Amino acid sequence: MEQSTFIQQASTKKNKAATQSAALQEPRIIRYTLTCIALAFLAFFIVLPLVSIFITAFQKGVDVYFAAITHPDALAAIKLTLIVVAITVPLNAIFGVMAAWALTKFNFKGKNLLLTMVDLPFAVSPVIAGLVFILLFGSQGLFGDWLFAHDIKIVFALPGIVLATIFVTLPFVARELIPLMQTQGTSEEEASISLGASGFKTFWYVTLPNIKWGLFYGVILCNARAIGEFGAVSVVSGHIRGMTNTMPLHIEILYNEYQFAAAFAVASLMSVMAIFTLIVKDIIAWKSKSS
Amino acid sequence: MMKKRSYVLQSLALLTMLTLSLAGCGSANSDEKASGQEDKKSVELLNVSYDPTRELYEEFNKDFIKKWKDDTGQDVTINQSHGGSGKQGRAVIDGLEADVVTLALAYDIDEIAQTRELLNKDWQTEFDHNSTPYTSTIVFLVRKGNPKNIQDWDDLIQDDVSVITPNPKTSGGARWNYLAAWAYAGKLYNNDETKIKEFMKSLYSNVEVLDSGARGATTTFVERKIGDVLIAWENEAYLSLNELGKDEFEIITPSLSILAEPPVAVVDKIVDKKGTREVAEAYLQHLYSDIGQEIAAKNYYRPRNETILAKYKEQFPQLELVSIDDFGGWAKAQATHFKDGGTFDEIYVPQ
Repeated sequence: MEQSTFIQQASTKKNKAATQSAALQEPRIIRYTLTCIALAFLAFFIVLPLVSIFITAFQKGVDVYFAAITHPDALAAIKLTLIVVAITVPLNAIFGVMAAWALTKFNFKGKNLLLTMVDLPFAVSPVIAGLVFILLFGSQGLFGDWLFAHDIKIVFALPGIVLATIFVTLPFVARELIPLMQTQGTSEEEASISLGASGFKTFWYVTLPNIKWGLFYGVILCNARAIGEFGAVSVVSGHIRGMTNTMPLHIEILYNEYQFAAAFAVASLMSVMAIFTLIVKDIIAWKSKSS
Repeated sequence: MMKKRSYVLQSLALLTMLTLSLAGCGSANSDEKASGQEDKKSVELLNVSYDPTRELYEEFNKDFIKKWKDDTGQDVTINQSHGGSGKQGRAVIDGLEADVVTLALAYDIDEIAQTRELLNKDWQTEFDHNSTPYTSTIVFLVRKGNPKNIQDWDDLIQDDVSVITPNPKTSGGARWNYLAAWAYAGKLYNNDETKIKEFMKSLYSNVEVLDSGARGATTTFVERKIGDVLIAWENEAYLSLNELGKDEFEIITPSLSILAEPPVAVVDKIVDKKGTREVAEAYLQHLYSDIGQEIAAKNYYRPRNETILAKYKEQFPQLELVSIDDFGGWAKAQATHFKDGGTFDEIYVPQ
């Protein structure tokens, strides 16, 4: 037992040494050039725009900045965005786990169809995602008359925005979990079941602990997209100020109204959210490695 | 293993709590709103409008809220939605529950009346002056000092002049621009259609960027600094001037232009359902009051009231105005000029 571990360690060391020396064989100039190109690319396409957001946001001074992000319409937009995220992310997390669990641990007819359906929102343009809900729940849509008669508002209100966001962010958790659960295989679950555990118990004590970091990662991606979704939400929002404008929509409106500093102030707030999300993501990646 | 499990449990518990608390917030909120509407002490209106009226209605709403409170003791909240006129009309057709619509073109309100019968087909007779409490017209915005010396429409067809105007196929505002130019050429050439089309052809061959919407065209001219002249609504031109720099641009009023009439209407079916007819009608009627007209003038819309218009005559120079009726109304103008195969398709050659 001890010996075999030793051999294994030795061989990994040897492998590492081999790859390192292979890397060293690459001429220095090529390595530096490639690194520089990558860094320049990142600086130009990521860092520069990000910095310019903050510069524009503070262009007219700190007062304008805080006035912009504490304006009642801005606060309403932030609140609406958070409500939408709080509804969509948990629902998609639950759905994602269920879909991934079904797709990787079981064999059944129509499995590939389900897999394709999960991917569909990635392939469909968000505008179409929004229009679909207008077609279903709009006044001229399938359920339009019934909804109007019963005074139920779906589109141009919170439910429509939530539906559109759910549609767009649907694949994130499932897509993160499926490859992970595929590589893990079903042997641990089989062992658990054969030892007499119920299906739910097996899921809770065996599967979930194995996938939790992947799940977190998927939830974070889903969260980021739910906050930032523009196209689909724009179609179903109705753009009522202080009521159905999410943060991205509010930014567009401010921009179109020549309030550039205010638009970028709210944009900077979203950028901070994004950076925070990335930090959480890195912490999770680091934690999952160390555990 | 134990440690792992507790992580998962903790995080799940946290997630659940978060969801529940936020859902709680949400429902508490809707309770408030529901009780607000039952209570006759307050009422809510939704005004679905087009892009450049934001400043106008921000000021006007404040005044109306105060007036309504004084008159009836009732609190009224006015929610605003702004966007491209055609898009906003579409949203109302699709179920955006607007109590009043204040759009750029009668055509867009006609569309609501026709496709969903939310209001009477003769809605335009409900209020004075074709239900348009304020008007505007089409003018030129040029760079400071007017380097290309642009004074009238015929200066726009000079070879070295670069023109910015949006695409009349997609933009309501751009249709006014097109028709104004057409009217000028019509007067110049005594309604000789071949010559008018030639004029329009050379005008649109000078268009450097054909944006899809009016705001996009303004941004192209003002922010990206492309073009020598922007054909724009008068109110929009004044807005750019004041928001973005008086020392950078000048407004040039041509000798002839078109009377742009952005109409208003109460959406009958919605106000009857919500029980807001009285306040919605008073709201639009208030646009015709002296103070409403004054607010419109202050926000660069030409008031209907002659006395108030005279007061602001520095801001609104006199010029010869044709109206959409000279083109046989919107439906006819739309069919002749802007539908596929119309005159615009004839004269416009994409570069």
